[in-house]
Amino acid sequence: MDGFFDIPSDLQHSWLGLVGLHVREAGLPVLAGLLISLPLAQLCVRLRWLYPPVLWVTTVLYAIPSLAFFVVLIDYTGQTELTVMIPLTVYTLVILVPAIVDGVRSVPQETIAAATAMGFGPVRRYVQVQLPIAVPAIIAGLRVATVSSISLVSVGALIGNQGALGNLINDANIYNRPELAVNAVLTMAVLAILADGLLVVVRLLLTPWMPSGARARRAERPEPEVAAR
Amino acid sequence: MNILNFINAFFSDSAHWQGYDGIPTRLGEHVQYTLEALAIAAAIGLPVGLATGHYGRGGNALAFIAVAGRALPTFGLLVLMTLSLGFGLINVMIPLVVLAVPPILVTTYEAMRSVDPAPVDAARGMGMHDVEVLFRVELPVALPLILGGLRSAAIQIVSTATIAAYVSLGGLGRYIVDGLYQRNYEKVVGGAALVALMALATLALFWGVTRLTVSRGVLRSN
Repeated sequence: MDGFFDIPSDLQHSWLGLVGLHVREAGLPVLAGLLISLPLAQLCVRLRWLYPPVLWVTTVLYAIPSLAFFVVLIDYTGQTELTVMIPLTVYTLVILVPAIVDGVRSVPQETIAAATAMGFGPVRRYVQVQLPIAVPAIIAGLRVATVSSISLVSVGALIGNQGALGNLINDANIYNRPELAVNAVLTMAVLAILADGLLVVVRLLLTPWMPSGARARRAERPEPEVAAR
Repeated sequence: MNILNFINAFFSDSAHWQGYDGIPTRLGEHVQYTLEALAIAAAIGLPVGLATGHYGRGGNALAFIAVAGRALPTFGLLVLMTLSLGFGLINVMIPLVVLAVPPILVTTYEAMRSVDPAPVDAARGMGMHDVEVLFRVELPVALPLILGGLRSAAIQIVSTATIAAYVSLGGLGRYIVDGLYQRNYEKVVGGAALVALMALATLALFWGVTRLTVSRGVLRSN
């Protein structure tokens, strides 16, 4: 297609610049979400009564449509990247908190007892035993959160060019250049698949004791779908 | 509170309650789109999910569909469809259905797979056919999770139908998109409040449906 990479100058970015912007706008919320979820999930594991209300609150927040969330935030944070990144951070919680809680809870009692018997304190036991065993569950959550975050950033285009590659979709509409929309959709899909693959590699590196190859693939089932809007 | 003033101004203006751009019309449109897209997606996703889950096959294909469905940005798909096929309800329905099928499909499959095999074996031992096992044993046990999948699909449709106002669709998103263009912040915030309320109402509706349709024994054991 002609002009596939001819990015309109009003975006003030090259194609690669848009990709970088998109990665930042989608990646930072997932990181922030992980930083919030880790202590929150640990609290939920410790205090069992806290888990249902936390789940309830995150589900309700997740139900708020992104566009509605964005426009309400404009009043406080203006038409900035932050306005896009705050809702995305909030959305990741509904995926990451249950993933971490289930992962940490799935650590067998004997393993914890063995760690305690070896003289591990609660902090060291958490960091060196419980967290590593929970890594597959956490990464599974991170994969869903990252991929849906990449897709959601583009909605930011609707509140005034805060959507990175989404702005390209907006321009495709304004200038009637469908090839730009094709470019944006393909780029985002490729970014999402690359990020997904990267997280799988990270999991393989972090869990060298897990079976790899054909055996693991057979055991792998599609994780329950929560996100992607 | 700035936002609350805007919301109050929006809802107390009687002009917003009647006519083509009135709240009842827009709300009705939004509900209609949501129901249509959800019905089509469920008609595709539920049977396939139930069948694959019952026979325990095709998990890898479903995992692939799930990743592909998530990776495709819906906003981009919406604009692309409209740009290449022109304005029209069907062109907007396709991305909404594409968006809603993966969660229904994958969750239904997962729900069927997670049913305890012991009662299924018992049912077979009692001489039930495949169809009976599916509808009288597996489906009732898997129902809470299946409804969860339908709920997440419904919520995604509600929020994406909002975005679809950008490409000509009516519904509550009109207030947000038009308000942003007109720099009428009262309209934007009012529309956002309505959409958020509708999403929460969807959540509440599914909670109620779960209470009513899931057998008490299953509810208790969860």
